[in-house]
Amino acid sequence: MKTFRDSEHLLRFALLFAIVFVLFLVVRHFVVPRSFGEYGHYRGAAIAEIAARPIHFAGQSACETCHTDIAATKKAGMHAGVHCEACHGPLASHAANPASVQPPKLDTAVLCVRCHAASAAKPKNFPQVAAAQHSGGLACETCHHPHSPAIQGGGAK
Amino acid sequence: MTLSRRQFLVLVPAAAAAWQYVLAGTPQDAPNYQLTDHWWGMLLDITKCIGCGNCVRACQAENDVPDEYFRTWVERYLRTDWDLTTPEVISPDGGKEGFPTAEEVKNGMYFFVPKMCNHCADSPCTQVCPVGATFITPDGVVLIDQTYCLGCAYCVQACPYGCRYIHPTKHVADKCTLCYHRITKGLTTACCENCPTGARQLVDLKNPNDPIHAFLKTHDVHVLKPEMATGAKAFYNGLDGSVR
Amino acid sequence: MGGVEGYMYPNEINLYWSVLIVVYPYVTGLVAGAFILASLVRIFNVREVAPTYRLALLTALAFLIVAPLPLLLHLGHPERCFEMYFTPHDTSAMAMFGYVYIWYLMAVLLFEIWLDFRQDIILTARSSTGLKRLLYRLLSLGSNNISEHALAVDERAGWIVTLIGIPSAFLLHGYVGFIFGSIKANPWWSSPLMPVVFIFSAMVSGIALVLMVYMFTTRVRGRQIDMPCVDTIAKYLFYIFIIDFVLEMLDLVHRIYVADESFRSISFMVHTKLYFSQIVLQIYVGTLVPLLLLGIIQITRFSPSVRKAIYVVSAALVEVAVLSMRWNVVIGGQLFSKSFLGYTTYKIGLITHEGVFMAAFLTLLPLGILWVLVKILPPWPERKPGFNHARDASTL
Repeated sequence: MKTFRDSEHLLRFALLFAIVFVLFLVVRHFVVPRSFGEYGHYRGAAIAEIAARPIHFAGQSACETCHTDIAATKKAGMHAGVHCEACHGPLASHAANPASVQPPKLDTAVLCVRCHAASAAKPKNFPQVAAAQHSGGLACETCHHPHSPAIQGGGAK
Repeated sequence: MTLSRRQFLVLVPAAAAAWQYVLAGTPQDAPNYQLTDHWWGMLLDITKCIGCGNCVRACQAENDVPDEYFRTWVERYLRTDWDLTTPEVISPDGGKEGFPTAEEVKNGMYFFVPKMCNHCADSPCTQVCPVGATFITPDGVVLIDQTYCLGCAYCVQACPYGCRYIHPTKHVADKCTLCYHRITKGLTTACCENCPTGARQLVDLKNPNDPIHAFLKTHDVHVLKPEMATGAKAFYNGLDGSVR
Repeated sequence: MGGVEGYMYPNEINLYWSVLIVVYPYVTGLVAGAFILASLVRIFNVREVAPTYRLALLTALAFLIVAPLPLLLHLGHPERCFEMYFTPHDTSAMAMFGYVYIWYLMAVLLFEIWLDFRQDIILTARSSTGLKRLLYRLLSLGSNNISEHALAVDERAGWIVTLIGIPSAFLLHGYVGFIFGSIKANPWWSSPLMPVVFIFSAMVSGIALVLMVYMFTTRVRGRQIDMPCVDTIAKYLFYIFIIDFVLEMLDLVHRIYVADESFRSISFMVHTKLYFSQIVLQIYVGTLVPLLLLGIIQITRFSPSVRKAIYVVSAALVEVAVLSMRWNVVIGGQLFSKSFLGYTTYKIGLITHEGVFMAAFLTLLPLGILWVLVKILPPWPERKPGFNHARDASTL
């Protein structure tokens, strides 16, 4: 009994510890998100939330659904692999609402050289030109049709 | 109502269904996507990259990436014949506006290397996150739960590839999501969608019909820093030994 | 791009761990070091240093209270910090910090201080009135038992707590080293020696700090400095500092000799951006000078006043060395690209929330807390009442 009386104060400290711990467990129970641990050590609901972010590029197939004529032209030419929005920019809003959202007009002077300006760093088999000498200041689309750029037979588009 | 009919026609069926749910605000109900049916990665073909910066711009447009930070960027290497391990590398503004014209070099070669999150299967960044705010999904994409992230930047330090940053206004970790909001709706990533040469291809290793399987049989494909043993899933075709 | 040489990955140009993350291991190290000094008395029976025992414990507590603050302030979302407790990620060294910290604070340091000061607390409660009485009654947790046997129980329990405390102190600081040492992506950090180097430098810095605090407080109180006590502390400081220095040099020599792919980067860095903080401050001024001074004292006999002066100078230089070592690790590790092709510059702010003033404030704040603690629980040896292990030593 004497031993207990003289070490009972240690239990007081232990009790303090225990109270804090129980309090911690209670708070933890309420604040940890419900879906935490659903798939692993993270909030499972985060996956759906991230998947729900809005898209800005509609995607090639969306464009082709309506613009069948251009899609056909493009598919037959050198730019078959270049998706529409690669030049026209993000147009998901246009796809969702074709009447009210119109794509901006493009400037071929900027656009074409982004890819086709000559540089020793580019793969050798990629078509590239020193734009100034190549066209003598003429706009690219004077000769090349952007949707099917190869100059066939006659030359002009 | 021709408008609404066109609106409907605009979309291919799978993405259409998903997108209708996006527009309705309940994408979690989007059909046809099973987490366990996919294992995503990316194929980056150095032999095709022209350094136009389309991917960088597309990524910024799609994901609202802050200026001077990059979820994807393009590097231009100049590797001389005299030192195969110490290349000269530039990436002006992440290659967003392309690169300066390069003159032919005699004893050396140029090439472009697009970089992005490698969506590592054994990623060091998710390992060190103290709270479980970054993780790899069952379909193999490393994501960040930005409502849960502390912004401690430990993951930024742990990434061997420099793919992470702390968002300057959100104050949480940020990086490539492999356009998770797109690939789960049947679309490809913004960078792949906009790559004019096909140098970037989204890869689903669990899809037996994915062209990656045939590609891997016939090409020399490597990952970055294999010595880091991260299980990187950004596969590089034509990777030079000097690339880091 | 300003301040960039060669090629950095574009996201690497800004440093993500600021000077606050330099302060954090420094402050944590002082905790561990001060505690180790206290344990010298209790576990290793080094009676000479008994006059600093209680002061060392309070110093450790004051710094431990501040230790998480720099981490907290540097977080992008400090309000989410409790997630570290609620959903700790078991593979993250940083997540374990929360638990090791609470363990160390509650189970080791507070408990040991409480046990050691219980008699003082109860006696003060008995002899005072009003609010003060209430405060000390609270601190005593309502216990009023200071019988001979109860104090013997405390003594026994305190010994056990200290015994547990030593590995805990090592754990607390070893894990800080592990936070850096386990980052395989960063060759400047990635080293199994990192936790060991952190522990020894922590011991060195903590011992030097308590030495200075003891000499300062004793002088301010107009008492005589206990020369055998400071001589012994200086001796331990000298020996542990040698071990620390040898370990750090081992790490450096190993890096130079092995010269792996990161060597060119690291060597360049040490010769330029880190030259002043690493070579000049850490190695020459902070390590070799105090080692020389302390070494001379071991083999010669100077007068007490000369020895005291040398101790103060050496201890102050030791703090410079350890603080610059933390700087070199934390900041140095972010100055070079993980591509090993370039270097960036750390643009340190002055009055920003992660700037110089904040760092200085957080480093000095513990001294303010220590002042308050000393007011509440006077640790002075001559005031130690009745039965205690330090009784004989304090009457030396």
